[in-house]
Amino acid sequence: MTKIARDIAAPPSGETMLALTLELGGEIFAIEASRVREILDMVPITEVPNAPAFLGGLINVRGRVVPLADLRVKFCMERPPPDADTRIVVIEIALDGEPMIVGLLADRVHTVADIALSTLEDAPSVGMRWRQDYVQGIARLNEQFIILPELGRIFSNDGAKGASPDVEERT
Amino acid sequence: MTLDDPAETFRQEAQDVLEQLERALLDLDAALDDKDLIDCAFRALHTIKGSGAMFGFIEVAEFVHEFETAFDRVRRGAAAPTVGLVRVALAAKDHIANLIAEPNVHAPAGLPILARLRDIVGNGGEDAEQAQTASGTSKNDATTHVKGVEVEWRIRFRLPEDALSLGANPVLLLDELRALGECNVRADTAGLPRIDDIDPEVCYLSWDVSLRSDCSVNDIEDVFLFVQDGMKLQIEAVPDPRSEAPFAIDAPREVARPQTAKAEKESGPARESMSLRVPAERLDELLDRVGELVIAQARLSQIAVESRNPSLLAVNEEIERLSAGLRDTTMGIRMVPIGTLFSRFRRLVHDLSSQLGKDVDFITSGEQTELDKTVIESLADPLVHIIRNAMDHGQEPPEIRMAAHKSRRGTVRLSAVHEGAEVAITISDDGAGLDTERIRRKAEDSGLITPGATTSEHQLHQFIFHPGFSTAEQVSALSGRGVGMDVVHRTMEALRGRIDVISQRGQGTTVTLRLPLTLAIIEGMLVRVGQSRYSIPLSAVEECVELSQATDGSRGRNFLNIREKLVPFLRLRELFATKAPDEQHPKVVIVSTGDQRVGLVVDQILGNNQTVIKSLSRLHSDIETFAGATIMADGTVALILDVAHLVRRGQRFESRLRKEQEERAA
Repeated sequence: MTKIARDIAAPPSGETMLALTLELGGEIFAIEASRVREILDMVPITEVPNAPAFLGGLINVRGRVVPLADLRVKFCMERPPPDADTRIVVIEIALDGEPMIVGLLADRVHTVADIALSTLEDAPSVGMRWRQDYVQGIARLNEQFIILPELGRIFSNDGAKGASPDVEERT
Repeated sequence: MTLDDPAETFRQEAQDVLEQLERALLDLDAALDDKDLIDCAFRALHTIKGSGAMFGFIEVAEFVHEFETAFDRVRRGAAAPTVGLVRVALAAKDHIANLIAEPNVHAPAGLPILARLRDIVGNGGEDAEQAQTASGTSKNDATTHVKGVEVEWRIRFRLPEDALSLGANPVLLLDELRALGECNVRADTAGLPRIDDIDPEVCYLSWDVSLRSDCSVNDIEDVFLFVQDGMKLQIEAVPDPRSEAPFAIDAPREVARPQTAKAEKESGPARESMSLRVPAERLDELLDRVGELVIAQARLSQIAVESRNPSLLAVNEEIERLSAGLRDTTMGIRMVPIGTLFSRFRRLVHDLSSQLGKDVDFITSGEQTELDKTVIESLADPLVHIIRNAMDHGQEPPEIRMAAHKSRRGTVRLSAVHEGAEVAITISDDGAGLDTERIRRKAEDSGLITPGATTSEHQLHQFIFHPGFSTAEQVSALSGRGVGMDVVHRTMEALRGRIDVISQRGQGTTVTLRLPLTLAIIEGMLVRVGQSRYSIPLSAVEECVELSQATDGSRGRNFLNIREKLVPFLRLRELFATKAPDEQHPKVVIVSTGDQRVGLVVDQILGNNQTVIKSLSRLHSDIETFAGATIMADGTVALILDVAHLVRRGQRFESRLRKEQEERAA
C-alpha cells in the first residue's frame, strides 16, 4: 500500500486523496485508504438482537469482536442478501476522539484510487436522497460520481444514546 | 522492567515508601506512643531523602531532610507525638508526593508545612541535631562532639563486590564525603587481581579517606546508607595529635551493622524481595494472548475430536490441560488483595473526620480478599463516593448521636468477602440511615413510581443509585445522599456488578457491591435460541428444567414452580424477536444473582465452554441484555447474556404481575 502511495504520489500542487472505492446499492463510495485495515471475504455474522439495523451484527476479525455496520441503512438503500462479491472492509474510525475498529459491509470492492481533491464538491443541499450531513462531499473519478461518506457523523449518530432522527427498522 | 529511567524507578519506589509512611502515620494516630511506628515513619523518610538526593530530586531531599529532622526529635523523645503532629505529617507526606510529581510547581508550598512541623516538635533545626548527637552518643565518648568543632575523621570503606552492578557509584560516595568537609582520599589497590582476571563489573578497590568536618558519625554513616549491605566500613575519629592512644569506635559498630540492616528489612513488608514489578500493560497483553490461546485450543479440540486420530487426541488433551493451567496462573497473577485499596480509605476517613468534626472509627476486614486488578482499580472511585456519603451524610455529629443514645464515636466499616464466584464489598455506617419518605417523594416526582403505589422500603432505597435520580436539586432534597451515586452506578454496570442498599432509619446504612471475580475469562453455558447461540455465565446458572406443556400453554402465567417456589421466566425468543419458527421441548435455564432467580427459556442447551469475554464496542453500549461477546471454537461470535440485567427484568415483570393480581383481587 505504501508502495502504491509512493508511486502515484501527487505533485505538490494538485492535492489528492488515496482512497478505497466500494459499491453500495449501485453507488460508488470512497473511504480514505489510510483508515482501511483490511478487506475480508464474507464471514459468519452474529446478529445482535434489539440492535439498530445499521449495527445489527458482530464479526470476528483476528480474535477481536468487531461491530459490523451496514451503510446501506443510513443511505436508505435496498439490502439484498450477501453474494459472492460481498466484502467486509475493516476500518478505523474515531468515536468521541477514541479510535475504534468497525467492519463495513460492501456490495463489492473496486480499487484503490487517487482522487483529486480539486474535483471534490460539497454535498448538494437539494436533489439528494440522503441526509446531507452524512456526506462529506462528492468527487469525480473516471467520469463517475463518488460519494465520500462522513463516517464520524454516521457513527456518532448511533452507538451513543443520541438516537438518530431517521426512521430505522430494528432487526 | 529495565532501569532505563532511574528517575522513574525512584518515583515508583517512592510511591511504595510513601504508602508505608502514610500507613505508619495513620497507625500512629491510633497508638501515639508506639515507638516502632515512629521508627518506621522515620525510616521511610530517611529512605526517600537518600534516594531522592541520589536521583537528583533535590527539592524532595531538602524538604524531607527538614521533615526528618523534626521527626527525629520525636524519635529521640525530645518531642511527644500528638494527633496534631500526625495531621501535619500527613500533609507533608502529600507534599512529598507532589514534589516528586512536579518539583518546580510545588516547592513553595512546603514552607508553611515545615513551619507547622517545627512549631509542633519545638525548635527544629539546630536543636534537633544537637539532641540527636547528644543522645546518640551518650554511650560512647568518642563520638561526643558539638557542632561547630572540627574533628578529623578517618573513614575506610570497601564496597561489596557486586556493588557496581547494583548501581552504586563510589565517585558519588566520595563526592558526598567531600561535601561534608575537607577530604583527603586515597584508593587502596591491594585487592586488584591480575589484569587477566579483572571483571569490569566488580569493585576491587577500597578507600581510605581522612575528613576534617564538624559532622557527626551519623552524617558519615548516612553517606553509605544505600550501600551498607555487605560493605566494610570503618569510621574513626582521629584524636587531637596532642592526645594519645588512638581509639577506634567502630569495632562494635562494624559487627552490628549487618544485623541492623537486616532487621530494618524484616520490619518492612517481608515478601517484597520475592516480588517483581511488572508494568500492568504487559499483564494485560499476556492475558489477551492466553485468551487467544484458549480459543485456538478449543478449535483444535474440535478438529481433534472430528478426526478421531488417537495421537492427535492425546496431544490435544495435553495442550488442553496446559492451556487451562496457563490460564489459571495468568488469572492468578492479576489477582491482587483488596487491602491495597482499603488502606487509601483510612486516610480519607481520617481527614474527613477532622474536617467534619465527627469522631469516626474506620474498621476494615477482609483485606486479603483477592480481585482482578482492573476491578480493584475501577473500584476506587465508587468507594470514595460511598464512604464520603457515609461520613458526610450518614454519620451524625457527636451531639446528635449522644441525643439519640448512640455512642459518641461513629463507626464506618469496610469489608470484602468471597461469595461464590462473586466478591461482596460492604460499606456500612451506624449513622442516620436513609430518609425513605424523601426518596419516595423524589421518585414520585420523577415518575419512577406512581404516587401512592405500594413500594417496599428496600425497593425505594435502591432508587438512590437510579441513573438521573441524583442531580443537584435532588441532592439537597436527600440531604446530599446521591452525590456521585451515579458514578457508583455506572462503574458497577461496567464491571457487571450489582449494588444493594439496606438502610434502617436511625440505625445506619449498608451498601453492598457485588462483583464478578474476574472480567476476563469465565465458564459459560452455551444455549441456542432460534439460529443464534448465546453464552450464559455458568456461575449464575442454578439448574436447567424442561418447560412443561402445561406451563408453556398458559401464556399469561410466566411462572415456574421450582420446589414450591415461584420463579418468573423470560422467553428469550420473545425478548430477542427471533423470527425462526417455534420449536418443541423448550428448556428453562434458571439463573440467579444473590437470592433472586429468573428462568430463561431457550430452544436448546448446547453445553459448557470456556469463554473469553470481549466487551462490546461503544457503538453497542445501549444494548443492555448482553454483558459482552465471545469467540467460539468455530470462530464465530456469540453474545454473553447479562444475567444481572435479565434477573432485574424478571423481577420487574414479577412485581408488575403481582400488582395486577392484587388489583384483580381488590
